[in-house]
Amino acid sequence: MKKLVLFIPLILFVVLGVFLYQGLYLNPKELDSALEGRPVPEFNLETLDDAGVKITNHDLKGQVYIMNVWATWCPSCKYEHPYLLKLARQNIVPIYGINYRDQRELAVEELKHQGDPYTQNIYDPDGRLGLDLGVYGAPESFIVDHNGIIRFRYAGPIDMKVWQETIFPMIQQLKQEAAAGKAS
Amino acid sequence: MSIALVFGVSLMANATPVDTYQFKNDANQKHAMDLARTLRCPQCQNQDIVDSNSPVARDLRMEVYQMVDAGKSDEEIIQFMTSRYGDFVLYKPRLDSKTYILWIGPIILLLLGGLVAFIFIRKQRGAVAVEEISDEDQQKLAELLKNR
Repeated sequence: MKKLVLFIPLILFVVLGVFLYQGLYLNPKELDSALEGRPVPEFNLETLDDAGVKITNHDLKGQVYIMNVWATWCPSCKYEHPYLLKLARQNIVPIYGINYRDQRELAVEELKHQGDPYTQNIYDPDGRLGLDLGVYGAPESFIVDHNGIIRFRYAGPIDMKVWQETIFPMIQQLKQEAAAGKAS
Repeated sequence: MSIALVFGVSLMANATPVDTYQFKNDANQKHAMDLARTLRCPQCQNQDIVDSNSPVARDLRMEVYQMVDAGKSDEEIIQFMTSRYGDFVLYKPRLDSKTYILWIGPIILLLLGGLVAFIFIRKQRGAVAVEEISDEDQQKLAELLKNR
């Protein structure tokens, strides 16, 4: 019994060590999204292409889609862009852009030159929708299910690895859920 | 010309909306600033939203200022922030199932330490107490001393 007591500090040390060691591999930039499991916030904003056309959260409902926050001032968005174009060509899932704190002319120009992977773009010049989404940088991507619930948020550029390991499996699962929901 | 340029540039550098935000009264201003200082910038992570220059921090402190001026309670403002950015924005974590170890961990460690110290001290006292010398030893001692 006495010997056991002597081991308590060692056990405490090991437990603490394990926790701290795990902490070394956490990425402090990856914050949990408070929005996961909650509906897409209400919005009513102009589309990027046409200031006369409004788009709301209700317009997007009833499908699985990705919302991608991007801007011309964001270097990582440029890195991500070719992969989004590739995804758009594969036609797996609609990608809606949120043009975040940007200038309309610059953004339109950029899409004209670099290609446009977006089904539609929501123009969010003052970052109001971004704020409601808990966006703290760009690019960020939100995966939304057919009920309009945000199921996953990915902060950072989507590339092949992220797509194959994380996002694509999630989208397949959500599409199955949607099909099951419609069948029942 | 160059003076005008320098002056112009310095004006631009200072002309953030924060500096020009007009509070309804000084009490609101103080209260809003104090509240904003308890909120962490989600982008820069090691600064509160008053200290940080990042656009997100600017937006968030503007929200705080406006909400305070609109007469919203602290709880409502904190709720607004955490519903978007999670508990991360709070420098002082709330007491819930995820954070209870942060709150009660130090108390438990203190109690454990106190307990260990208490037991140790009691043991020491026991050890220091002089054992009585048996009659046999007393005799031996007396003889040794006599033989000198």
